[in-house]
Amino acid sequence: MDPWWIDIIKGFLIINLVLVGFAYTTWAERKLLSRMQGRYGPNRAGPFGLLQPIADLIKLVRKESFFPMSASNKMYIAAPIISTAAALLTFSVIPFGPGWHIWKWDVSGSVVDAPIALILVFALGSLGIYGFIIGGWASDSKYATLGAMRTCAQLVSYEVSLALAVLGVVIQAHSLNLNEIVHQQGEQFWFFGPQFVGMVIFFLAGTAETSRPPFDLPEADTEIVAGYHTEYGGMRWGLFSMAEYVNMITLSGLAVTLFFGGWHGPWDPLGPLWFLIKLAVVVFIFIWMRAALPRLRYDQLMRFGWKVLLPVATLNAFVTALVVVAVK
Amino acid sequence: MATVERRTKPIYEGTRIPSPVPTILAVPERLRANDDIQQINFGPNHPSTHGVLRLVVDLDGELVVGLRAVIGYLHTGFEKTMEQKTWWKCITYPERIDYLAFQSNELVFVLAIEKLLAMEIPEKATWMRMCLLELNRIHSHLVWLGTACLELGAISMFWYTFRERDQILDLFEMVCGTRMHTRYFQAGGLAEDIPEGFYEEAWKLVAQMPKGVDQYEDMIDQNRIWLERTKGLGLLSAEDAIALGQSGPALRASGVDWDLRRDQPYLFYDRVYFDVCVRENGDVWDRYKVHMDEMRQSTRIVAQCLEQLQKLDDGAPWIADDRKVVLPPREELHTSMESLIHHFKIVTEGYRVPEGEVYVTIESARGEMGCYVVSDGGAKPWRVKFRAPSFVALQATATCMNDALIADMIAIAGSLDTVMGEVDR
Repeated sequence: MDPWWIDIIKGFLIINLVLVGFAYTTWAERKLLSRMQGRYGPNRAGPFGLLQPIADLIKLVRKESFFPMSASNKMYIAAPIISTAAALLTFSVIPFGPGWHIWKWDVSGSVVDAPIALILVFALGSLGIYGFIIGGWASDSKYATLGAMRTCAQLVSYEVSLALAVLGVVIQAHSLNLNEIVHQQGEQFWFFGPQFVGMVIFFLAGTAETSRPPFDLPEADTEIVAGYHTEYGGMRWGLFSMAEYVNMITLSGLAVTLFFGGWHGPWDPLGPLWFLIKLAVVVFIFIWMRAALPRLRYDQLMRFGWKVLLPVATLNAFVTALVVVAVK
Repeated sequence: MATVERRTKPIYEGTRIPSPVPTILAVPERLRANDDIQQINFGPNHPSTHGVLRLVVDLDGELVVGLRAVIGYLHTGFEKTMEQKTWWKCITYPERIDYLAFQSNELVFVLAIEKLLAMEIPEKATWMRMCLLELNRIHSHLVWLGTACLELGAISMFWYTFRERDQILDLFEMVCGTRMHTRYFQAGGLAEDIPEGFYEEAWKLVAQMPKGVDQYEDMIDQNRIWLERTKGLGLLSAEDAIALGQSGPALRASGVDWDLRRDQPYLFYDRVYFDVCVRENGDVWDRYKVHMDEMRQSTRIVAQCLEQLQKLDDGAPWIADDRKVVLPPREELHTSMESLIHHFKIVTEGYRVPEGEVYVTIESARGEMGCYVVSDGGAKPWRVKFRAPSFVALQATATCMNDALIADMIAIAGSLDTVMGEVDR
């Protein structure tokens, strides 16, 4: 076990890295989308618009923090905080390196090396959803209520498939510990091979879980204006946005950890770098999908979640279990 | 899923006008009774209401069970204002009514004046008018495609369509200096001669356009999400479409083979080859397809117009030689007293148009654009009235809205291709 102060240093470092990652994911998204759509994107603030996220942050913080008269005050203010806190906490269990021996301490590759890390991820994810739902409900606006309704239905439905998609990996690795799962992938093979179906389901359900296009119904701007955060402005809106992006990054990190060998790469001492590169590729796919696909409709989304993803995910877990038992 | 019954009896009881097809979707009593309906205002300020359309929507969960379109938020009083302006100043107003199909609106008013004046238009002007009109149709359809895709969440299409749209706007800028609201047509012909280099640039567009349309179709035609979100949605039967007075792409998508360019030719439309694009089912998909096909056909017409224009002599007249209506050439003002007087009269008082009333219709990008003009023989129109295709198309919103979810509602309202400026005028 690490001494407590190493945990604090690691936690401080990682949370800030994730926040910077969030800021530059927004930049990368805007820049990539623009290039895919034949325009330039942000290019005024700093070279290549690199200071744009910082300018955005200053703008958001300085905005008047109003709220609707009929909003339920405490809930209204608490909602974005819940979402963001849950999103940031989740990243603590994602391993980004093999662990190092520095002077006389063993430093592990994640902030928290929990034996039930995977369950923790899903638990925190479910907590974060409360933020969205409470935010939509507390705003006392019809669009926000509609958005919260959609969030509820979508996130709860897809969480089931997401968890089942991961089950295959858990069965194969005999562990819920993410560090352990990555170690096993280094010893044998990356799990995206044997768990290909699981990976596809994980990715699809994950897209829905993070409300990314084409599953961005909870905040479909052409339909329900901005969904649950219609009545939010300034940094409160910024927190919701942060929660979403951090969720996306965490989910990408989880995908890398579970299916693409985490920090493993051609040369292991560079562990965190490989992790970062893989993470960037997954995030890029998310952005790419946004540029390419139209949005799904509510009933299609539900049908897809319950009638396609869920049975396939269940079957995948079942077959994996059978194979694992048979091999033994 | 709950079914929504069509109302069969006329809604406007007590008026002389029977309304065979409902233009309001009423909430069924059964649903109204259980107090589970949420009423939402979509608009006038909403990201996808094509300006300032207000849809009062009754929702049962996500299902649209009641719908009423409220208009009038963009009323500008153009028709009334035109009564206060001289004929030649009025030409700028119709363009601003429909800011996407500006040239067809410009043309329909100019044609009305010319009909009252019984003017002969030079051949060059007529070909050029057709050429620009079809370019304008492509422009309008491109914007429609971009926004329709945007509304269904395919955000990239918007910027791709603006690529070709920009090329077209560059052509407009070339001929008259402004990109929109060109005021290039005027009674008697064109405002100016066709500039040098226009043909080359236009040919480039003609070569590029079919490729562009193919690319758009490549992007979404095979897309499962796009197919499921457009096919069988927003159905409008041919009978309903006719009863509601639909025209243009919305009518042709419902299987009615009717295009004023072919059935009631104006300009030289009887001298060019093109197909009228008709689809059978009358859903959002068919409306999308009609728009795509029409862009191809318009490109064909543009190519034929350019050929004809290039056959003409360099010095061919581009405006009628009628000194009572058309401004005399600039250089004559210094040498001819008579020209100076004509110029002074037209600029200060405006030309006079014989007493009478006319109704002229053309096929604009959105459908049958009509212009009814009454002249009392003075220098200003006595009354101007436009038959706006968008306004008529909007009537069909509720009729199309059967078993629609919120997302479908947006897609259907978008597919009818309304421009609110034209609806409210």
